[in-house]
Amino acid sequence: MACPPAAHPSPERQPSVKVILASADVQRVVDRIAHQILEKTQGAADTVLLGIPTRGAPLARRLAARISTFEDVDVPVGVLDITLYRDDLRRHATRAVGPTQLPPGGIDGKRVVLVDDVLFSGRTVRAALDALNDVGRPASVQLAVLVDRGHRELPIRADYVGKNIPTALAESVKVTLVETDGADEVRLCGGTR
Amino acid sequence: MTAYLIKNVSVVGGAPTDLLIRDGVVAETGRGLDAPDAAVVDGSGLVALPGLVDLHTHLREPGREDAETVESGSRAAALGGYTAVCAMANTSPVADTAGVVEQVWRLGRQAGLVDVQPIGAVTVGLAGERLAELGAMADSPARVRIFSDDGHCVADPKLMRRALEYVKAFDGIIAQHAEEPRLTEGAQMHEGEVSTRLGLTGWPAVAEEAIIARDVLLAEHVGSRLHVCHVSTAGSVEVLRQAKARGVRVTAEVTPHHLLLTDEVVAGRGALASPGLGVDWSPTASYDPVFKVNPPLRTGTDVAALRAALAEGVIDVVATDHAPHAVEDKECEWAYARPGMLGLETALSIALDVLGPRWDLIADRMSRTPARIAGLDGHGLDPAPGVPANLTLVDPAARRVVEPAELASRSRNTPYARMTLPGRIVATFLRGEPTVLDGKAVK
Amino acid sequence: MIRHLLSGGDLDAGTATEILDTAAEMATVAGREVKKLPALRGRTVVNLFYEDSTRTRISFEAAAKRLSADVINFSAKGSSVTKGESLKDTALTLQAMGADAVVVRHPASGAPHRLANWLDGSVVNAGDGTHEHPTQALLDAYTMRARLGRLAGLHVAIVGDVLHSRVARSNVLLLSTLGAKVTLVGPPTLIPVDWAARAGVGSAATDADPGTDVCYDLDAVLPGVDVVMMLRVQRERMNDSYFPSAREYARRYGLDGPRLRRLPEHAIVMHPGPMNRGMEITPEVADSPRSTIVEQVANGVSVRMAVLYLLLGGNNR
Ligand SMILES: [Zn+2]
Repeated sequence: MACPPAAHPSPERQPSVKVILASADVQRVVDRIAHQILEKTQGAADTVLLGIPTRGAPLARRLAARISTFEDVDVPVGVLDITLYRDDLRRHATRAVGPTQLPPGGIDGKRVVLVDDVLFSGRTVRAALDALNDVGRPASVQLAVLVDRGHRELPIRADYVGKNIPTALAESVKVTLVETDGADEVRLCGGTR
Repeated sequence: MTAYLIKNVSVVGGAPTDLLIRDGVVAETGRGLDAPDAAVVDGSGLVALPGLVDLHTHLREPGREDAETVESGSRAAALGGYTAVCAMANTSPVADTAGVVEQVWRLGRQAGLVDVQPIGAVTVGLAGERLAELGAMADSPARVRIFSDDGHCVADPKLMRRALEYVKAFDGIIAQHAEEPRLTEGAQMHEGEVSTRLGLTGWPAVAEEAIIARDVLLAEHVGSRLHVCHVSTAGSVEVLRQAKARGVRVTAEVTPHHLLLTDEVVAGRGALASPGLGVDWSPTASYDPVFKVNPPLRTGTDVAALRAALAEGVIDVVATDHAPHAVEDKECEWAYARPGMLGLETALSIALDVLGPRWDLIADRMSRTPARIAGLDGHGLDPAPGVPANLTLVDPAARRVVEPAELASRSRNTPYARMTLPGRIVATFLRGEPTVLDGKAVK
Repeated sequence: MIRHLLSGGDLDAGTATEILDTAAEMATVAGREVKKLPALRGRTVVNLFYEDSTRTRISFEAAAKRLSADVINFSAKGSSVTKGESLKDTALTLQAMGADAVVVRHPASGAPHRLANWLDGSVVNAGDGTHEHPTQALLDAYTMRARLGRLAGLHVAIVGDVLHSRVARSNVLLLSTLGAKVTLVGPPTLIPVDWAARAGVGSAATDADPGTDVCYDLDAVLPGVDVVMMLRVQRERMNDSYFPSAREYARRYGLDGPRLRRLPEHAIVMHPGPMNRGMEITPEVADSPRSTIVEQVANGVSVRMAVLYLLLGGNNR
């Protein structure tokens, strides 16, 4: 999904680009989610954060860092690649498999918080739940997302949402992060506004 | 018998003239001939050649009539401009008795499209152990003069010596398939860079060259005639050049495919050793057994040497080694496929590519010399008053794309599929009767 | 994206590295409780084996099953194949059965290439005659990378019957793509003549093939290599005068304890198996900690999973 940079004003008839969260907003939202996790998990005890590549992985590390700053607890962080569990593998050329790294203590009996950037159809989360099932048996599973843009196709909801963004199907939400893209930003692209 | 008046035709590349064919012979030549009773053939832009003669044809009958018959092979030959073909002995049963050679000879007469001259086997059953009844075959109505175990090499030097000596009694000649059998056990293709890469057992050039070297020495020693089939390597050319310089009575043939294709085609690459051909051609796949042949396709260096040797005369003759094979013998794994390629209907095109418009050379390498080697009276003679009317008309300006399904042969194993080749046979006459007119077989 | 894996030469450096990286992820599955991934659910993989090779067949079978593919084993023994059904007819049968991939082992070089002409699905060469065995080369590269941390710049000696070895051919192609240098070692009768001629025996690699040279002296090569890969040598070769006797072969080209100690500290010993203990390798060497022979078998499953996933995991038409 190509999305022109917001800095350049788009001429008429070109898809509109709107910044939803600027850099400072992204940091504020991450902080809020970190607080919510601490609150809802009674101080993040027995909790593991698993980021879903690509951008869920740095988000999970940021959340752990913020939790450590706020409450001085070290939450184990890992990465859960879901490529091999996707339900749309055959619609594209073969996708590259990414690394899965579970924290040293594993996930069995733990409260796992899956972390992703955007919640949309829910299919990614479904794949993540399947993948999780094959790598261990957590006590419970929660979901944290930076953005929920609606249009669910499966009965899935997030436990922690940074920002709800109502969108049209034709629009796309583009998240960039310093770690992966050089800057923190959430943009809404497309549609004809 | 219809008379034919061919108008404005170039005889072997000469200035346009007319040819009147009547009663099986060329009755008259010259400009502005008139013959009210004759059917007129427009020869403008065409070249008349003495009917082509193939020293090396596999007609498969008796035994593998599903692949070719004497009749279907004869038709393919006529369409290729031939008026005589020498039928190899490796049929089933083997042509190692007077009975079999006579049968093939009669089948050829019945088909009536070309003169089919049987070749007799040198050894019983091509087994390389004892001499077949060479004299009986020579004395039969088939009047066999060429003897060959082609497909197999007469590897035993003593047996080869005896064969060379024995046939002197009836002016026979031994045509050797030069392949040292121990050096080619399990061989699948030319031994070299491509065979190494493809993991196919190599057929080394030296296995051919060693036998040719031995045979020219034997022929020299006993003073006999030797003919070398399908020469395929640059080294063989050098052996022949030296032998000829010493006066050894050796002749040699080269096939069209060894003049054009290289071993790279086995790897699926379109490397043709010709500047004029195949620029936009390449094989459809690697390991395609349509390119499996014995001796195997060699390197570009070998092809260049063969082309030069043919023009120079170190190699005397183009012979097709026309080898039809049924589909199931080619549509399989490379190692299990039978070696051989079709050649009769495309040979002149390849010769044109090699020798260009040097019509005298083409007539020499494809008609006069092979007819002389085979001892075929009435063939290999340029059209002139009183000469038997065995001739073919070529349109050198035509181009055609080879379509396997359109070939007259019963088999489809042409290596030139989808290739654009120069030249086209417009008409062929056998003793004054057309076998091909307007590019189509008459019967 | 490649459709078939027929030769080590089919892979460019990027694709080969992607396979090795994917294999590393696949390897983690072997350590899990659930040794299965859903990626190839509903896909059908046919193992078409015209030669007995239980180890290769089982490796491919495990790989396909761990990716949840349906596996059909089609052995030439006891099937219509021995009754003379042609390879093409077999291909059409497999096509009708809906094979998404055919893993083929065949005694004739190039048989997988022929098969690829007749099938819509993918073809994986599991060893064809004396031609290639690309997944073996991939698992060898994977093993080297796992043990030594890299492939670029490694010096690998491949020792033995190079002439008849599909493992050697695939390794030469793949290793040079990945930047390793290969020295082929063996009696001159078992090195293809054109490789020896091109490389210039004993000399440095040539422009024609910068990554490969040839040496007839094993002892001269050993001190400078990172990997020594011993090839299986069939005793029957001596009946065809490739070498005088098994004893002489073992003495000149076998890897024994003293020769093992001539290798650099870090160097590893590989063998594609099955081994002729006492011929090309002594038990002492085969069972030493520097031998990777058992790892190679385990890595084979991961690499084959990666290959099957690469070919069948998406829509690559
Ligand atoms: Zn022959």
